Amino acid sequence: MPARRSLGEGVRVAWLILRKDLTVEVRSLEIAYTTLFFAVSCVLFFAFALVKEGKAPEDGAAGILWIAIAFAGTLALGRTFERERQSETLRALLMAPADRPAIYVGKLLGIIALLVAAEIVLVPLVAFLFQAPLLSHPFWLGAVLLSGTIGFAAVGTLFSAMLVRARSRDVLLPVLLYPITVPVIIAGVRATAELLQPDVELALVRFWVALLLALDVVFVTLALWTFEPLMTD
Amino acid sequence: MPKWFMPFAGLTAVMFAASPFVIASVRYESTMGLVQKIFYYHMPSASMFLLSAVVCGLASARYLFKGSPRQDRLAYAAAELTVLFGAITLVTGPLWARKAWGVWWTWDVRLTASLMGWMVAWAYLLVRKYGGPGSDKLAAGLALFGMANVPFVYISVNYWRTIHPKTSVVPTLPADMGMALWFSFVCFLMLFTLLLRLRVRLEEQRAKLDALYLSLDE
Repeated sequence: MPARRSLGEGVRVAWLILRKDLTVEVRSLEIAYTTLFFAVSCVLFFAFALVKEGKAPEDGAAGILWIAIAFAGTLALGRTFERERQSETLRALLMAPADRPAIYVGKLLGIIALLVAAEIVLVPLVAFLFQAPLLSHPFWLGAVLLSGTIGFAAVGTLFSAMLVRARSRDVLLPVLLYPITVPVIIAGVRATAELLQPDVELALVRFWVALLLALDVVFVTLALWTFEPLMTD
Repeated sequence: MPKWFMPFAGLTAVMFAASPFVIASVRYESTMGLVQKIFYYHMPSASMFLLSAVVCGLASARYLFKGSPRQDRLAYAAAELTVLFGAITLVTGPLWARKAWGVWWTWDVRLTASLMGWMVAWAYLLVRKYGGPGSDKLAAGLALFGMANVPFVYISVNYWRTIHPKTSVVPTLPADMGMALWFSFVCFLMLFTLLLRLRVRLEEQRAKLDALYLSLDE
């Protein structure tokens, strides 16, 4: 086991991994395109099914936005690590003289960046198709989406990294991820639904965001703590 | 099997057989009447549900950081008990709720968190069964998240305005009701211990058999 390195070193490793992932992604845009296409078709299905005579069901937009994010996130998580597996680069990454938690943080930031990019497209789309005033409180919507995405991605990055070696990883990722991220999705949906109300109760939104942040702290701590033993053969 | 096992199993059976009579002898609760008696099984099984999730999480943590296969077997056994006692909780709860609240299920914080904990235990078993090599560590990581949910289930009723009774109800029960509750609590605790021991033993023998097969191949 390598000796503990300084915090600055960890930040540098995380940044390098983030930059590497983004460079690979920008060159092919494979995950970005496929994930986004999948998320958009998801939203369209719901729009066909639920919007009747130009009227969407109440709170529908909030739920559908989060379902699209969760589905797209699952897809992106699977692909990100599939890429590392195919070229055996995950092994190289784990053999590098760097702290495991720093590797985890780098990967996590990459996933969050991807999901935020997807959300930038999804939010206007859902707002348009469901005639939802999603953009009336941009700051709070941003806070809800970001804190929710961090929680979802924190668990997702840990489990998809671990699943790289497992047999039926495509099936097992949702099996592992969804039960644990249920509270994140609930808090995210409730907060977004509140933002869609004609007169928004900001205290309620603040409560859900606080809950999301608390979940983020718990999930990231647990993931940082377990990433090392879990990724060791 | 250890020496205490059979007498302990017998005692548990006798106590479980007696528990309906103990519960029947207690007074009716003033507003809910007969249906409240489901409480004497609901609360103990829910406690065992949370207890086994904690045992599973602690054993998994020790397995992850120390690598002892004994702890892994304990975690596996506890995960199955989490599913079992969770199922009892999630059946008795709605039965009571139908009469007391008028609905089978409501998306109350404690109910939702319990369901989530139960699903995590199921996910644990699915991963162990279908994950192939290395899935034991994967499942152990999952168990830690499942354990993090337990305190949340416990405190949820005290922090949120929920319909579920608070944890502070238990000490305020009249003496006879409290007695019946703790009687069935001990019954369930004994059952939990028995099943856990039995299940760990099964895993131990399975591991021994695997080792024998391996040595036969060599």
